[in-house]
Amino acid sequence: MTRYIVLRVLLAAGVLWAAYTVTFAILYIIPGDPVSAMLAGGLDNGAVSAERLEELRDAYGFNDPLPLQYASHLWAAVQGDLGTSVQTGQPVSTAVGQVLLPTVELSAAALVIALVLGGGIALVATYTHSAWLREALLGIPPVAVSLPTFWIGLLLIQWFSFQWGIFPAMGDDGIRSLVLPALTLGLPISALVAQVLAKSLQEAALDPYVTTTRAKGISRLQVHLGHVLRNATLPSLTMVGLIAGNLLAGSVIVETVFSRPGLGQLTVQAVTLQDLPVVQGVVLFGAVVFIAANLIVDLLLPLADPRVTVGRSYA
Amino acid sequence: MTQIAAPSALKPELPGTDPSEPRPEPATLQTVPGRPDRGGRERSPAQGQAGRTRRWLRRPGLLLSALFLLLVLTAAFAPGVLAPGDPYTGDSSQALQPPGTAHWFGTDHLGRDLYTRVVHGTSLSLRTALIAVVIALISGGIFGVAAGFLGGWIDQAIMRVVDVLLAIPSLLLSLALISALGFGSTNVAIAVALGSVATFARIARSQSLRVCQSTFVEASRSLGSRWHTTLRRHVLPNAAGPILALAVLEFGMAILAVSALSFLGYGAPRPAPEWGSLVSEGRNYMAAAGWLTTLPGLVIAATVLSINRLAHALGGERRRF
Repeated sequence: MTRYIVLRVLLAAGVLWAAYTVTFAILYIIPGDPVSAMLAGGLDNGAVSAERLEELRDAYGFNDPLPLQYASHLWAAVQGDLGTSVQTGQPVSTAVGQVLLPTVELSAAALVIALVLGGGIALVATYTHSAWLREALLGIPPVAVSLPTFWIGLLLIQWFSFQWGIFPAMGDDGIRSLVLPALTLGLPISALVAQVLAKSLQEAALDPYVTTTRAKGISRLQVHLGHVLRNATLPSLTMVGLIAGNLLAGSVIVETVFSRPGLGQLTVQAVTLQDLPVVQGVVLFGAVVFIAANLIVDLLLPLADPRVTVGRSYA
Repeated sequence: MTQIAAPSALKPELPGTDPSEPRPEPATLQTVPGRPDRGGRERSPAQGQAGRTRRWLRRPGLLLSALFLLLVLTAAFAPGVLAPGDPYTGDSSQALQPPGTAHWFGTDHLGRDLYTRVVHGTSLSLRTALIAVVIALISGGIFGVAAGFLGGWIDQAIMRVVDVLLAIPSLLLSLALISALGFGSTNVAIAVALGSVATFARIARSQSLRVCQSTFVEASRSLGSRWHTTLRRHVLPNAAGPILALAVLEFGMAILAVSALSFLGYGAPRPAPEWGSLVSEGRNYMAAAGWLTTLPGLVIAATVLSINRLAHALGGERRRF
């Protein structure tokens, strides 16, 4: 067991290191001259002298040989230093930390919506005897994943804010301004939850213990909620990482649509201004969330389900 | 007996990503060669023209999707046929007109006809998405087939890279590449491609592995055929079906990703009527002119829905599960 835990943690660290390398390659090697790339995104276009450029390259260490740059960046990153924002001069970790809370709030609310809605659809669709209702419910998720997220958000604003005036379109006044963004972010994820959970419920419902429990006189609803759902949830836990990643990526769109401060808005600003250190910080944060979510599930699953074999695993 | 695989970075909805899976999933995209119900419904014995027409009529959703896609393709290749006007010049006296007989989709703040702009934006949006899918298909396909065909440490190395790419949310990966490369349609296409290379590599690997393990490949090898003959004659043709079905599905997803990136303002520069930018332009007039966001978004949604419908029909499944 200890060996399993150590192995999993090491694997996760390995993937994280590789993710760092990928972002480093994308952001610092592909542009050729990151300093000009960063300045091109800034406000003073072309107003920087050649000497100043050289100075900046020196300051950021871009004149060093590539392996040395990579090593020094990696060493700093291990110590939690992801560099400083080109635009604001703030350390990247501070910039990310400052806007984390609103995005976590938004994601948590969206997650609740996604679980309730997606879980509800999957449960009703697999419980009902009516083929018509099942087909109709299972037809919703493929449609929901085909809709552009930004469009869903704008439609919600149009109906709920402009026509009916129920919820504010933007701003930051507590729970009321959280409803529409959370709904926008949660809807596509609820489709994901519904699809995976329905599939796994359908499979679990075929297991022989269902017949046995029914034969013992327990009602179909109790079997469905108490036994089938429990068994079906465990395999669906594999998508926790995917959901976490989707929440983070979706917040980029949702926070733009609703003009909410947060990690997504920071990302859009950083990309627009080509603030490469901040972009790297956000992308890495996304990878950390995904890897950590998977790691937690991997570590907790053997506790929740003794049937899970410990040996078979890959990052 | 009941062995639940330890969870991992697997995308759950993708079939057959690991050939050693204990219980093969009811594959979404896997076409079993020679399976009778490839079209989803039982095939009528009379395969004549009449039977074919009837089969289409029995699936109105698919028919509707095909017709709509035909319209979209017309808009992409010959926008003048559907909308003879100029998408860039407007009549300011006609600004912000609601949809009606004169302007089907209404007009924007400069009096430009929105329908004309959507039609003329089709080729731009679809081309960007198409480039993205082609790049992802070719690069992902090469890496995936190499991994499945060669096996050993090459397989290991490629799949570890794929795992890492899957560990970063694809939108963030695309955004990183855009901030490195700069804005514009081509860069958006490359960025979207990077986001889906890993998916293609996975399915290409699993498919080529499946073919490589089959008895006819073993037979062909034992007859002494060279490796490139095996690859060309057996592996590629048999692996191509599911990979191409995935490509159609990913084309729909690429349209969504491209429109999201152009909505954020990273696509073709402003006056270009890219679908996502149209929605983003309309955002400023949402209270007064809701159609400016609703209708272009509806076109995106309808296109992606139709493509998905078609992809599932091609994949030999009526629905996702």
